Amino acid sequence: MSAAHTPAPVPPPPAGAVPYAREFSLALLEDMLRIRRLEEKCAELYAAGKIRGFLHLYIGEEAVATGAVRALGDDDDVVATYREHGHALVRGVPMGAILAEMYGKREGCSRGRGGSMHLFDARRRFFGGNAIVGGGLPMAAGLALAAKLRGESRVSACFFGEGAVAEGVFHETMNLAQLWRVPAVFFCENNLYAMGTALERSESQPDLCVKAQSYGMVALAADGMDVVAVHEAAKQACGIVRAGEGPVFVELRTYRFRAHSMFDPELYRDRREVEQWRTRGPLHTFSARLKAQGDLTEEQFLALDARVMREVEEAVAFAEAGTWEPVEDLLRDVYAP
Amino acid sequence: MSAVTYREGLRIGLREALASDPRVFLMGEDVGRYGGTYAVSRGLLEEFGPERVRDTPLSELGFVGMGVGAALGGLRPIVEIMTVNFSLLALDQVVNHAALLRHMSGGQLSVPLVIRTSSGAGRQLAAQHSHSFEAWYAHVPGIKVVAAATVDDARGMLAAALADPDPVVVFEYPALFETKGELSGAPVDIARAVRRREGRRVTLVAYGASLPKALAAAAEVDGEVIDLRVLRPLDMAPVLESVRKTRRAVVVDECWRSVGLAAEIVARIMEEAFYDLDAPVARVCTEEVPIPYARHLEEAALPQAEKIVAAARALGA
Repeated sequence: MSAAHTPAPVPPPPAGAVPYAREFSLALLEDMLRIRRLEEKCAELYAAGKIRGFLHLYIGEEAVATGAVRALGDDDDVVATYREHGHALVRGVPMGAILAEMYGKREGCSRGRGGSMHLFDARRRFFGGNAIVGGGLPMAAGLALAAKLRGESRVSACFFGEGAVAEGVFHETMNLAQLWRVPAVFFCENNLYAMGTALERSESQPDLCVKAQSYGMVALAADGMDVVAVHEAAKQACGIVRAGEGPVFVELRTYRFRAHSMFDPELYRDRREVEQWRTRGPLHTFSARLKAQGDLTEEQFLALDARVMREVEEAVAFAEAGTWEPVEDLLRDVYAP
Repeated sequence: MSAVTYREGLRIGLREALASDPRVFLMGEDVGRYGGTYAVSRGLLEEFGPERVRDTPLSELGFVGMGVGAALGGLRPIVEIMTVNFSLLALDQVVNHAALLRHMSGGQLSVPLVIRTSSGAGRQLAAQHSHSFEAWYAHVPGIKVVAAATVDDARGMLAAALADPDPVVVFEYPALFETKGELSGAPVDIARAVRRREGRRVTLVAYGASLPKALAAAAEVDGEVIDLRVLRPLDMAPVLESVRKTRRAVVVDECWRSVGLAAEIVARIMEEAFYDLDAPVARVCTEEVPIPYARHLEEAALPQAEKIVAAARALGA
């Protein structure tokens, strides 16, 4: 590494009782596993040349999308980033449509026009898939403004990385959202690195909650590796917003196990740091907690895993069987061409 | 029929839009209490209240982005950006978001957003308040770009833009705000260029604040004047029809000359009507200089009626 960089101490792995009915706990586990297995397959398909362009894997961060999206209702809005496979999946976008999109097939959730970074599903109020860092922030605030002016009880959930807080649009949006008390939850997925730039190498104030609080906004922080902590924080945030008490900022401290994209040689972080964070992995720590309280056996886990793997194989088959949009349709869905 | 100013035309259009559709709201810097930088929205706050005539902080990127989101959320926002120079601060939300969402989502989303901004020079406001960037917006597939040069268009382009399911950028011209004209009250079509004056010797193509200059020049050279009105997607049919008749053309454009809208118009005339021409197509554009403050220099930098007349005469008109 070229610049001095002292990584923050790695907290102990998530532990303790899971305070949910067994059925819900298993649903959370299944969501996280679906993201993990889908993305492992995506990495394979990328190596095989089936998926091209940029591919940003969420592996390691599954608890964030799972815990947060599971706190939303069907009428709520979701705005996500280019690392959004998990959010789309938990939101209910079919795995086959997601994978077909990465293949560039017409059966993809954006008809092959978007790819991995631009998953959309209007019916499920999933507004992308945005590859301009911070670009989704004012859009989510605007969706929330629309809900407020129309007298609807929707909440707009915006996911963005900690890198976005360095953008001017983050500060403009925090100010506008709080000034106008719009019903939005800003989920900051703090995975410590904006591509290769560590938070403390880019921010004079690395405490992200302080930034939101400086706009008068309620700010919560939670362990993003713990699906229980994420879900509880998300429920609390949505409760505050639905009570009409304005927008909420939620910092979820997490870690990306894989490279930033498929082109990243990872020169900026120490392998030991990655290994330490892997001990905090959201899947195995959550399974262990469920096992410890008698909600899950190894056999049950293996059966769940097998079911998820079947879903992944079916998604691959769906994407493979998909069709290419004819080139004659090139200018379709362009306004004022 | 009644004579009103261009500014009043804009205000009438805004009032009609707010009164006719509860989904419409106006937001921008100083549109409310202040009454609009150019007094365009004066009185609307009192009439429609602060939810629908919404003063924003100086956050062009933020509030234009919120306009994109509000449009996605079912409203019909009119976002005012004080000048086109300031609109550059919001360009990411226009070009990377509003213009792309329909395509990137495979046709699932549309962004019925209207952005109004003022453009052009002529009032000694110097380089950071006087430029013309219509061509930058007109470069981008995914947005429609229109320019209001008459009182009727000042009033009526807004309703047409709001009726459109996709983003429309409406350019307004402070240099024209005091001009007066008859208000027909008829609906306005924002798909068509329009012939504003008949003539035989040369076709003068113009839009926005250049239109009165082209009309003044046309009176001296028996020129036919086409007001482009819609800068994207261009409506070339009236231009080509006129060029085939007059066999000469001068394109007037307040954007800088290099790589501008005028160049595009000239290229299309070459592609479609080359063999109908008796002379090369000429351009009268803004000189390649930031707009200076001093009045005589500002005037020298801009297209003027005399320059248009000289360009037309040089073609043999």
